[in-house]
Amino acid sequence: MKALRNFVDKIKPAFSKGGKFSALGSTFEGFETFLFVPNTVTKKGSHIRDCVDLKRVMIVVVLALLPAAIFGMYNVGLQHFRAFGDLAAADSIWQCFWFGFWKVLPIIVVSYVTGLAIEFAMAQIRGEEINEGFLVSGMLIPLVMPVDIPLWIVALGTAFAVVIGKEAFGGTGMNVFNPAILARAFIFFAYTSQISGDQVWVEGLVKGGALDTFSGATPLTQLADGLAPAALQSTPMDWFIGTIPGSIGETSFVAIMIGAALLLVTGVASWRTMLSVFAGGYLMGLLFNLIGANDYMLLPAHHHLLLGGFAFGAVFMATDPVTSAQTNCGKIIYGLMIGALAVLIRVINPGYPEGMMLAILFMNGVAPLIDHYVVEANIRRRNNRVKLVK
Amino acid sequence: MSNEVKEALFSAKNMQSLTNPFSRNNPVIVQILGICSALAVTVQLKPSVVMALSVTVVTGLSNLILSLLRKGIPDRIRIIVQLVVIAALVILVDQVLKAFVYDVSKQLSVYVGLIITNCIVMGRVEAFALSNKPWPSLLDGIGNGLGYGVILVIIGFVRELFGSGTLWGVRIIPESFYEAGYANNGLMLFPPMALILVGIIIWVHRSKNTDLQEKE
Repeated sequence: MKALRNFVDKIKPAFSKGGKFSALGSTFEGFETFLFVPNTVTKKGSHIRDCVDLKRVMIVVVLALLPAAIFGMYNVGLQHFRAFGDLAAADSIWQCFWFGFWKVLPIIVVSYVTGLAIEFAMAQIRGEEINEGFLVSGMLIPLVMPVDIPLWIVALGTAFAVVIGKEAFGGTGMNVFNPAILARAFIFFAYTSQISGDQVWVEGLVKGGALDTFSGATPLTQLADGLAPAALQSTPMDWFIGTIPGSIGETSFVAIMIGAALLLVTGVASWRTMLSVFAGGYLMGLLFNLIGANDYMLLPAHHHLLLGGFAFGAVFMATDPVTSAQTNCGKIIYGLMIGALAVLIRVINPGYPEGMMLAILFMNGVAPLIDHYVVEANIRRRNNRVKLVK
Repeated sequence: MSNEVKEALFSAKNMQSLTNPFSRNNPVIVQILGICSALAVTVQLKPSVVMALSVTVVTGLSNLILSLLRKGIPDRIRIIVQLVVIAALVILVDQVLKAFVYDVSKQLSVYVGLIITNCIVMGRVEAFALSNKPWPSLLDGIGNGLGYGVILVIIGFVRELFGSGTLWGVRIIPESFYEAGYANNGLMLFPPMALILVGIIIWVHRSKNTDLQEKE
């Protein structure tokens, strides 16, 4: 460790202002603070400094994403072997994981390389420090993609999200919309056939040669097509564990909940937002059960929470501290609305089998408004109290 | 009257009213006018160009005519007079389009008629033609129409190239690209992408012209 510190100190002058590599100053700074806690000291006033900076917070979120990512890799292999009738391979956990690992890894690499390259370049042009915001987005983007997505589309979507979604608004912490969802929404509307339908969720299905009995459609697509919940291929237990076709990281409720536990224990994500998203979805599901106009509406309310990207969005995307509401009361309203809207879109609009993405994007846009009214209401309440005392 | 210095036809001041709207005072990206039609008609390059020319003709002629009439128009009814002139010109343009480029006219549908309500036309008449001589007014009108047109053509170019892989209806991106896995960008066909493109143009434009940036 000491040797590393010495090495970093030795090459530091070359990267600072006027040095030989000053054009790479931001990059150097980024790596130095990645390796060591920054030695910046507050000079004035009595601020408390903690070594938990943005970088460390982001790492916690990436760690929380790992269970979902690892299960996603396993599931990619499992679905592939099932589709092609290779049952012996499908039974071997190791084989499934290894197959999925080599399919998912390129997507992760492309997402990180594109995003970080843009972030580094932007930071250097603006003469700012590199912001760590992309550490999480770079992991989230691959996990909300279907495994068969062409890599150049991933790169384009990532670039769009970073440039238009983040840098145009002023960089990390200033973005109105969650970059990872923005990337997915961009790809969803720009290259619809590559990210929706029955074929893309299982590796190799587009090329053909799979078993006729195997359907690559996600349960949500089948439900949106009017299939009765009882007629689905998969059971709620499958949805819970996650052995169904879907985006890479979204299928397993269990794996996502492990991540959620880590986020809540470390206090990185707000339990208010997370809980109220689930509550909102559940309540909306109950409401539909009461109406009961078709088979889809009769789907038990808690099953909505297991299906599709609902849990993934609730745990990792709705809780994004930048784009969600900031006030405590606002967080609850924001979460409830996301959950309710997601289920509403799923059930009512068959054009969008998955509503979570649109619900979160929409509520991202509304979050500042919610905060504004929460703050206003608080001011009014306290004003009234003052009047009463007088 | 007679001792007034006669200004040359292409004096620096006149040329400025022609060229200013291209960049420094662009109606779309600086004044943020005429966004509606910029989003609606730019799916392909051809209608964008036709629309750009139509608007240029209308802004130029309406500026010219109203500048000629400016001393005879009572102030209180000037908006109605302006509307009559602009509407007459738009109907003329519409008829010409229907006669010579029927398919484009079909594509543009209501947006030709809506040139009447395009803020640029009325804005230039109010702001320039009513207080200037006919010749500078004509130049100003043409300049603003073309300034609007430039943006339209840029957006139409990008949207058609990446949205449909064609330009002016001719395939540009070869079939072999599609076989290799390239796909058209469906978002380009939606108006929101045009709005994002306008945003990007504004971003680039302001970073080049720092004096246009608002102070924080």
